[in-house]
Amino acid sequence: MSNALTRKLSPSKIGLAVAAPLAAAVFSILISSLAVIASKKSPIEAFKTMWDYGTESGSLMEIVNTATPYYIAAIAIAVTFRAGLFNIGVEGQLRLGALFSCYIGAMFVLPPVLHVAAVFIVAMTFGGLWAAIAAYLKVKRGVNEVISTIMLNALAGGLSAYLLSKHFAVIEEGSNNLATKELPASAQVPDLMPLLRKVGIEDQPGGGVYGMFFVAVALGLIFWFVVNRTRFGFELRASGLNPIAARVSGVNSKKMTFLALVISGAIAGLAGLPEVLGQTYSYNLGFRAGIGFSAIAVALLGRNSAGGMAVSALLFGFLEVSSRSLELIDIAPETYVIMQGSILLSAVIAYEVVRRFKLTLQSKELAKVVAA
Amino acid sequence: MKKLVLILSIFFFGFASLFGQVEVEDSKVSSIYPNVDERKIIETKWRYTYALHLESNTIFHKAEKGYEYFLYFKYNYTYDQFLNGEFDKGVWSLNGSDLFYSFKHIKNFVIAQITKNVLVLEFEQTNSKGTFQYHFVRVDTKDAPFVKPVNELPDVLVEELGVGQRQRVEILKVLFRGANILIFDEPTAVLVPQEVDDLFQALEGLRAQGMAVIFISHKLDEVLRVADEVTVVRQGSTVAEVKSKDVTARQLAELMVGSELPQPSTQGHTRRDEITLALKDVSIPTATGSRDLISNITFNLHAGEVVGIAGVEGNGQAELVEAIMGLRDYTGSIEFHGDSIDALSVADRHDLGIGLIPEDRQRQALMMTSPLWENRILGHQRSKPVMRGFVIDKKATFESTRTIMQEFDVRAPGPDTLAAALSGGNQQKFIVGREMSKAPALLVASHPTRGVDVGAQGAIWDVLRKAREKGMAIVLISADLEELIGMSDRLLVMLRGTITAELDPAKTTPEQLGSAMTGAA
Repeated sequence: MSNALTRKLSPSKIGLAVAAPLAAAVFSILISSLAVIASKKSPIEAFKTMWDYGTESGSLMEIVNTATPYYIAAIAIAVTFRAGLFNIGVEGQLRLGALFSCYIGAMFVLPPVLHVAAVFIVAMTFGGLWAAIAAYLKVKRGVNEVISTIMLNALAGGLSAYLLSKHFAVIEEGSNNLATKELPASAQVPDLMPLLRKVGIEDQPGGGVYGMFFVAVALGLIFWFVVNRTRFGFELRASGLNPIAARVSGVNSKKMTFLALVISGAIAGLAGLPEVLGQTYSYNLGFRAGIGFSAIAVALLGRNSAGGMAVSALLFGFLEVSSRSLELIDIAPETYVIMQGSILLSAVIAYEVVRRFKLTLQSKELAKVVAA
Repeated sequence: MKKLVLILSIFFFGFASLFGQVEVEDSKVSSIYPNVDERKIIETKWRYTYALHLESNTIFHKAEKGYEYFLYFKYNYTYDQFLNGEFDKGVWSLNGSDLFYSFKHIKNFVIAQITKNVLVLEFEQTNSKGTFQYHFVRVDTKDAPFVKPVNELPDVLVEELGVGQRQRVEILKVLFRGANILIFDEPTAVLVPQEVDDLFQALEGLRAQGMAVIFISHKLDEVLRVADEVTVVRQGSTVAEVKSKDVTARQLAELMVGSELPQPSTQGHTRRDEITLALKDVSIPTATGSRDLISNITFNLHAGEVVGIAGVEGNGQAELVEAIMGLRDYTGSIEFHGDSIDALSVADRHDLGIGLIPEDRQRQALMMTSPLWENRILGHQRSKPVMRGFVIDKKATFESTRTIMQEFDVRAPGPDTLAAALSGGNQQKFIVGREMSKAPALLVASHPTRGVDVGAQGAIWDVLRKAREKGMAIVLISADLEELIGMSDRLLVMLRGTITAELDPAKTTPEQLGSAMTGAA
């Protein structure tokens, strides 16, 4: 046992685990520095400005709020990645989930916790149903889920706009904004400020942390447990890692494909909720777009693992929020897109290099054992 | 127990040509094909991706036809002409442009494809002007020694062929390429004796042409029959170099293993009265309605009995396995312990106690990028000890993995070693151990010792022998005829999807079995 422990903590293992993210970070800083230099500014000043702004308490709260939906959506995508599938349709699924949960959620009043649960169920149902279309097409008709979910994104965009403007919206006095009826207080997820004040964190202008943060954390834990520790998770991963061997071993691949896509859609349905349940209390025209696409990058960077995606969601949140400060020193804030891209690219490469290195290392270790 | 890595390297006459004859004369290149007149070229096509005239740096030809660029050659010639150097220095006119090429410049075979009795080879080639081109050759394989599509194959890609068929395509490719030194790594593992004879005859021809052949095998009789010099390699180093006429098979065996060679054999009759597996009129119709993949397979398998399925690859053995495991829809009925299992899923059949050693371990039995302990779960994800309810019992799985590694001598640092890091033999021992760990009542073993070293082979045979004595029923599919004859209580011969003969292994020689397999008997 002690042998196993020392092996687990050997310097080479730790080194390998840290090597990839570190190499990726260095490489991406280099690339983004080049981008800053190209706009004739000092990269050091740019990074310092971003860091200073991003570590203010108000920004930190905003970072968490930005990261929360990214994280939930990334989990949704990771479910399919783990099964060897790719759900690009998270954007559409979360949009429909948010729209319907706001519309249906505002129709009735329930005791506080129950009402929120009901809203969750509505969101998951619609997200899941939307994904089920792609799942059905994949299983019954062999339609590539990448294609179908992309198409369904476009449909969801059109459908939600139509439903909102023609059927779901209530007219606000003196506003051009179209929004669903405001959710009753029982469906709103309270802010975490009261809790934060207790641990000595003060109010910030525009601050506050969505209560959905806890839901995201819980989802992350559930995701980790189900995928790594349960039969369902094992079958999911097996069909992703080697679909032929999984089938031979008794995994019903069609069932796993269908379930993976539907569960992914259901989780995606929740990803739109942090904002509507925590801030706007209705689905309106200003609903944040692009969560489902950024989440693909978050999932990739986080290697589809619960912890990794948490870190990468926070990183993306940090870049997005802190890059606003770049405007102060006359650098286009869109530079953060370059940073996101370069981080992703270098991470993918670094992980692959480390993976190969690991395999070589293992083979050498193995050679020793065999020779002994 | 010492692990023995066994490679026997046998050098044919003409080893000197390795150094002395790197450049083979054109006339020789054209005459190295031993069965030239037996094959006929039906059609050749040239496919250009781009053809660049290096000297003038201008593109001199670019023909397009859809996605692929085709140019049909309307040139009738026989295979003789094709290979007798007539084209070697000749000038071929292609749309008005001259084209020089030599077969020496063939660089790479890209794709090969088999259609009805026709082999399509595609290879990359550079001509004397440095032009890259792709060349299709369709060869009539009716009389070709190595490519005998036993079934009437529809147009298939090589990736859809069985291992045996693929290997024959491979050998033909090598012969076609005009190599000076040929290295064969266990070339006969998937061939029936008649085909082995064909191969050896061809090797004889190559030898007469002054070619050097390195023949790696652990079949001693073949080695002694075919080799001039024998180099015995054990655990990565040479232990002996001998002339084949100076040694006996026994001496060679001792050199190889340091002790006696393991033999596939079983002792006595352990067959019990109860029937473990019963197949009745099992057929797999094809979607197109042509001949069934397997048709009307009927046999009973008793507990403690090994039934060997013999047949040239691609005669329905793989489909039979898939039917028994529930991986394919079939008609007819399969009973396990007297109960019909036709309606059961693959997982249900695993749970009932049907174990499977699949034909292709890396493709069908392992998650290569996962650690061994996770691979331990594969196929057992509904049963103890790896599962406690719906949850993986990681500790018990580790324990069980460790036990398997000890009992079945799987050489790896530990349960968290990736499956990909293991050698083929160790992977196979692990898979056998994994299946045996649930003590199945029935084991479907498809090529259980293919491509593993002699040490692992002996170990796997031991496992099967012991399990048979304990009453396990075994369906053994193999291309190794000695294994089939040695391990089986009964032999069924499959040809074109049906059982054509039932033989008693005690009274059958490999040659007789081979004849039955090819339908010659």
